[in-house]
Amino acid sequence: MVVYGKGLRALAAASTGAVAIALWLVFFYAPIDTDQGFVQKIFYLHVPMAIVALCGFIAASVMAIGHLRSRDPAWDVRAYVAIHLSIIFGVGVLVTGSIWARASWGHWWVWEEPTLVSFLIVFLLYCTYPPLRFSIEDTERQARYASVFAIAAGAFVPLNFLAVRLAEAYTHPRVLSATGGQMPGSMRLTFLVSLLAMALLFATLFKLELAAKNVARQLRRLRRSAERAAGREPAPAPAARDTPTRGAAVATTAAPPRGR
Amino acid sequence: MSALPLEEAGRYVAAAYVAFMVLVVLYVVIIAAKVSRMERELDGLEKPAEESRR
Repeated sequence: MVVYGKGLRALAAASTGAVAIALWLVFFYAPIDTDQGFVQKIFYLHVPMAIVALCGFIAASVMAIGHLRSRDPAWDVRAYVAIHLSIIFGVGVLVTGSIWARASWGHWWVWEEPTLVSFLIVFLLYCTYPPLRFSIEDTERQARYASVFAIAAGAFVPLNFLAVRLAEAYTHPRVLSATGGQMPGSMRLTFLVSLLAMALLFATLFKLELAAKNVARQLRRLRRSAERAAGREPAPAPAARDTPTRGAAVATTAAPPRGR
Repeated sequence: MSALPLEEAGRYVAAAYVAFMVLVVLYVVIIAAKVSRMERELDGLEKPAEESRR
């Protein structure tokens, strides 16, 4: 028997603990920024969320490569879940970014800011993934096309990031770089713990949605075999009349007898 | 732009963190609703199967 939610409880506990520690560090340990003041606390939420969302998009492209190489539908489901979650995190990034922009610059959105606009482009690109996917009826073709999209879009993410870095002269000053940037130690520690907490939260939600998707697939399979069984047996099962749930109705009435 | 006073800045920070929490909770509630619906469907499939076994 395959256990889909294996390790989910431990992962959920770890991410809850990490989020609690991160929040404590943000509000009680990290110093208040001399330049931006208390508003800078949004940085510990907004930036890790953006990093995790972008990494989720890239991870989805790796999973899509796995699907095209192995033709295993499980990789396609993983890629779908990673993109779905990254889009949700992307909504969070745009909302928190807008709030931060309003507090720092006095505007909800600044079109001249390449970091904001580039993230919006990536986000909108991935927003076309679900309609593209569900516009194709044939499941095998759907998975194949979705994988190709995920790989192409995944390659666009680092390119986009690189373009923004190259245009650094026009953007706001960086507080984060490969060497740790200009952040003092306490701020850097808080940022890294926040990043870890966000990554753990992403992993937990990823596992949760994946488990739900797999159970739904199992249920569909079970329903189909129940329909087939109902088709073989002309008399409907008596309990189905007693339990007017959707599953029972489908199992007994949806499929006409095929006489197999 | 100079730093906002703590009271005003606090409102923005709270809005950002609350928005994030709402997003996560909403997501978990939607997944939980889907799972409970699947459980009900599973019950609906299990009962006729048990009856036919008897």
